[in-house]
Amino acid sequence: MDWTDAAAPESRETARLSASYRMFVDGQFVEGGGEPIKTRNPASEEVLAEVATASPSDVDIAVRAARRCYDKVWSRTAGAERAKYLFRIARLIQQRDRELAVLESLDNGKPIRESRDIDVPMAAAHFFHHAGWADKLGYAGFGPDPKPLGVVGAVIPWTFPLLMAAWKIAPALACGNTVVLKPAETTPLTALVLAEICQQAQLPPGVVNILPGDGDAGAELVAHQGLDMVAFTGSTEVGKQIQRTLAGTGRRLTLGLGGKAANIVFDDAPVDQAVEGIVDGIFFNQGHVCWAGSRLLVQEPIADELLGRLRARTSTLRVGDPLDRNTDVGAINSRKQLERITELADAGDAEGAQRWTSPCPLPDRGYFFAPTMFSDVSPAMRIAREEILGPVLSVLSFRTPDEAVAKANNTPYGLSAGIWTENGSRALWAAQRLRAGMVWANTINRFDPAAPFGGYQESGFGREGGRAGLAAYLATADDGGGLR
Amino acid sequence: MSSADGPVPGRIGVPKTYKLYLGGEFPRSESGRSYPVADSRGGFLANAAQASRKDARDAVVAARKAFGPWSQASAYHRGQVLFRVAEVMEGRREQFVTEVAAAEGVAVKRATALTDAAIDRWVWYAGWTDKIATVLGAANPVAGPYFCFTVPEPTGVVAVLAPQSSSLLGLVSVLAPVITVGNAAVVVASQNRPLPAVTLSEVLATSDVAGGVVNVLTGRTAELAPWLAAHGDVNALDLCGAPAAIQADLERTAAGTVKRVRSAPATEPDWTRPPDISRLRGFVEAKTVWHPVGT
Repeated sequence: MDWTDAAAPESRETARLSASYRMFVDGQFVEGGGEPIKTRNPASEEVLAEVATASPSDVDIAVRAARRCYDKVWSRTAGAERAKYLFRIARLIQQRDRELAVLESLDNGKPIRESRDIDVPMAAAHFFHHAGWADKLGYAGFGPDPKPLGVVGAVIPWTFPLLMAAWKIAPALACGNTVVLKPAETTPLTALVLAEICQQAQLPPGVVNILPGDGDAGAELVAHQGLDMVAFTGSTEVGKQIQRTLAGTGRRLTLGLGGKAANIVFDDAPVDQAVEGIVDGIFFNQGHVCWAGSRLLVQEPIADELLGRLRARTSTLRVGDPLDRNTDVGAINSRKQLERITELADAGDAEGAQRWTSPCPLPDRGYFFAPTMFSDVSPAMRIAREEILGPVLSVLSFRTPDEAVAKANNTPYGLSAGIWTENGSRALWAAQRLRAGMVWANTINRFDPAAPFGGYQESGFGREGGRAGLAAYLATADDGGGLR
Repeated sequence: MSSADGPVPGRIGVPKTYKLYLGGEFPRSESGRSYPVADSRGGFLANAAQASRKDARDAVVAARKAFGPWSQASAYHRGQVLFRVAEVMEGRREQFVTEVAAAEGVAVKRATALTDAAIDRWVWYAGWTDKIATVLGAANPVAGPYFCFTVPEPTGVVAVLAPQSSSLLGLVSVLAPVITVGNAAVVVASQNRPLPAVTLSEVLATSDVAGGVVNVLTGRTAELAPWLAAHGDVNALDLCGAPAAIQADLERTAAGTVKRVRSAPATEPDWTRPPDISRLRGFVEAKTVWHPVGT
């Protein structure tokens, strides 16, 4: 008898895919002066749509439109009115949630279960949460009447395309700024549906402008002198370039960069929960997660048992069609990323780590990488130091809690960390000592519009979400030294 | 300190040798260099140590070593230590007045007001150590069965280029907030007015501020700042006293390690104005901790 589940795919009709998509500038969808890009379904390598891209003059036109709108309309729109626009956007996202989820999975490759249950609802939640702030900013702790900055240029990655757009646009608008946003080259589609939602919400033209394009378009945008602030999420390498570009300009900058998070399992951990957490920490979204728990630190007495259970559990993960509701791990977002993951995994072999690969079947077409774990990893290896942004886990061990914390902190990054222990005192002790912006104890991958998110050290600066997240988008009073 | 004022009738004064303050000790520059410090009319006051790149690196090492214990000390403890700084400064009030008057060329009355304001600034910040977390932190009402809280934590090692004009009040105004929230500091004192900073170091050394929490370098700001901006173990940079010509370069250099940078103000602020919490906010990181709630 065949006990395998029948395929349960979402219909791709739901995505209402168009053959072509255009830029969104000053309230209108327009052609771009750049070379159009063909965005592909990474699960099949087929072209999904042709997307207009921005030339340098398009960037200039969009920034000017955002400025005009800021000066004439948005900065004069009362907080309570801004709030209602944001509530409208939240509702419109909810109304079109399945469409957005299917489109996101098509364009990005992430499993529909994740786009449906996490990306899209969280995007709506970000608008809903920040809508409420728009007329309450005087209570946020930045003085009685905090002012917006002006025009924000935002550049976002392909890991969570719609959600990252929401993370930038919602707080920016709530605080009274206008936005020019560049989605990632490989995942522009949901941001352009969000643009349509802005139209449906009757958001004044110019408040939100969306410019698809490649890294050059992003570089053009962040360097534009008409901006008051740049908000970037992406790689640490590009983040450093942007920080250099903005040096001496006095423009505000927030950076959400890479990570190499430690997931620490103490010998008194709830092992079943920990196994689920480790799997979720590294294989969620194919490991395309800047806060992925990519370094597993296990206390020696339980290392062998944990690793055995972890392999058994990982072997059950289904890798395949992102639109199938049974799929656990979807497609790698691009050929380029697949090559990067392959190269780093090969470096793990070359440096002497032991590779284990899930025996799961992989589809014949598309960009896929089976869940992979390396044991016998030493802290100096590339797979222990560099962000892989793929489904590859590096396993290290430790003896004492102090050693665990020291190893966890031994990285230039500092985005997140995980702790697994039934001992409450130990969990809080470790949470205090880990130099990371998010610490998850006996859970993993949690985020919420009400909870500040952001990194220490080379994982970036500035927060997104919560009261701390508003600071980035407000002109906060100080003694004259503009604080980035 | 009146020894620099010249001989008291019948007695020859004992002028002080002004040194660096590194890791709780008072070494001369490893380079052996010093430079003459003049009063506002050009008269010789003293020789100050001219710190080198090596001194700056030693200071960062000392600061990193001190950061752990200082950042993990209780906020109440840090508050008492900072209050102790004010107490010890009060005992040396006349020495500071004399040095500030000489350095800044202001009348004794003005120097007294500036010194008093500097002492009071320590008191203000001492009171903040155990309050800033309640002002900047939060219990986050997340949509799920989790206890989620956010606390401000110190950024780490902060390099501070002290204001060039205000030798004491300006210095305290930029240094105190950095260590109030638990950071360790490497300070480059006002280049031409460094003597009050060295005397402040002596206060810090006798005020229960552990060695290395504050390190004070005297010398050429433009020589030392690039090394600090590039240093991989410096987490944040306050450009307050950076020479205008190199401010943008320092910011570019700082990008190499994603440092938090507080830009220099267009002109040096009026430090007698009441401070706000922006300098506390500027040198902390928000840490968000999650734990499930359940039976």
